[in-house]
Amino acid sequence: MTAAPRPRKWRKPSAIANPVLRYGLFVTVFAYLYWAVATLPINWDRILQGFPRAVRIFSNAWPPNFTRSGLMISGFTESIQMAIIATVLGVAISIPVAIMAARNIAPPPVYAVGRAIIIVARSFHPIIVAIIFVKAVGFGALAGIFTLMLYSLGFVGKLLAEAVEEIDPGQVEAMKAAGAGFFKTLIFAVFPQILPRQVGLSIYQLDSNLRASAVVGVVGAGGIGGTLMNAFRRFDYDFAFAILLVLIAIILISEGISGRLRRGLS
Amino acid sequence: MSRETGATAAATTTPVGYRWQRYTPLQRFGRYAAYLIAATGVYWALRTLDVHWPWVWSAPNEIADMFNRMSPPDLRRGDAILRAMLETIHIATLATALSLLFSLPTAYISAQNTTPNAATLWLGRFILVATRSVNTIIWALLFVAIFGPGVMAGILAIAFRSIGFTGKLMAEAIEEIDRKPVEAITAAGGDKTKIVIFGIIPQVLPTFLAVTILRWDINIRESTVLGLVGAGGIGLILQGAIDTFQWRTASTILIAILIVVILGEVVSSALRKRVL
Repeated sequence: MTAAPRPRKWRKPSAIANPVLRYGLFVTVFAYLYWAVATLPINWDRILQGFPRAVRIFSNAWPPNFTRSGLMISGFTESIQMAIIATVLGVAISIPVAIMAARNIAPPPVYAVGRAIIIVARSFHPIIVAIIFVKAVGFGALAGIFTLMLYSLGFVGKLLAEAVEEIDPGQVEAMKAAGAGFFKTLIFAVFPQILPRQVGLSIYQLDSNLRASAVVGVVGAGGIGGTLMNAFRRFDYDFAFAILLVLIAIILISEGISGRLRRGLS
Repeated sequence: MSRETGATAAATTTPVGYRWQRYTPLQRFGRYAAYLIAATGVYWALRTLDVHWPWVWSAPNEIADMFNRMSPPDLRRGDAILRAMLETIHIATLATALSLLFSLPTAYISAQNTTPNAATLWLGRFILVATRSVNTIIWALLFVAIFGPGVMAGILAIAFRSIGFTGKLMAEAIEEIDRKPVEAITAAGGDKTKIVIFGIIPQVLPTFLAVTILRWDINIRESTVLGLVGAGGIGLILQGAIDTFQWRTASTILIAILIVVILGEVVSSALRKRVL
């Protein structure tokens, strides 16, 4: 005879098994949220005024105004040009940096320098880099190109370095055994193995540079961002909305082309 | 010697005068066409871009000069920087939490196996694409115009920008669930709510947490720029320092951003390893 089971209700096992940890986590999260909201300077009166303002802004933005298309075309053309040049130059400088930042190729001190370059390039948002370059080299597309080069260096450099670390060491050994020097080993054993990855990354980076080139103009680094910023500053919300719509369309098209090309490669 | 035997052996199966080539003529044509398109694009961009060339040649000097003016970093405004940095982290965290409120329902209607009908599926996909395509700084411009300058505009900007990213990855996680628990609950008579609570959430929770933590890390980086359009955070005092040519304060702020972003990345990857 087995003991009659006590009537009990089944309960879903919790994601965090330890109850102390579970409730502790809840309490911490709520305490944090309370602290953050209480200490942040939030002007609730101004925010409440925002709702009628939002209605006004959106009614001014509709219908989108495409009459100043000349301004729009020149802005977008500049953005696209900046993206193309920055991708070519950015990928070109990211190859040596990626070699430096690959543990299996570079000696430890060089590896540290390469990693540091990539970390610094990745940590700063393009817009922060853009305001600094605008101050250093003046307003316009040049500052934007420098910014996007650094942005490309961070992303392509990191992933390319990982690609170099994952190569088949057999080919490198074969080249070394045949008496090849450092550069010959690079050209005949390393580059052929990372080439497909690099082409894919370059296409991807062109797409993300195009996105970024549309916003660095907000701080004066050329491209459509400046036009958009001016439209906002002058309360031309209908023109700003038109720019936004075209921007989204271009991003979608570019994403589509880039995705298709990369699928075709792999 | 062996080479020649190899060649004669090959000649029995391939036509005389055959030379091995890696690509077919069509593939080769495609490759050259691709090179040509790429080269033309670069040429066009270089020729027509409005660049003032003397500025290009003086750029290295200008940049070096700026680095000179930036060093050594000036720590006198340390506590103001620290306070602004804390504000930046708060903005990123609150915005990530807020974006969950929007991205969870969006993910639910954007996943093919949970969406109620085709219209909601497309609505969900539209929200994902539209929020992701508009950059943080543009969202910030919009919310500053609506709610006035301040952290609230920043929180909303980051939150809206995050919907597309988190929502897309979460929808993919929902689509990849194991169907069996869902079928079991349906067979046992569970309704839609029960299926979501007992069949789907336990399966996707680790991915959802990992995606949220990843986005939090990205949001820290994003929230450093909000101040440039008046939406709060460290960007505000960075812009102030640069506008008043206090380059040594600006370099302190840049170093602070670097440290916080790297710390965020370390914390985020450690947390993600724990939840997955």
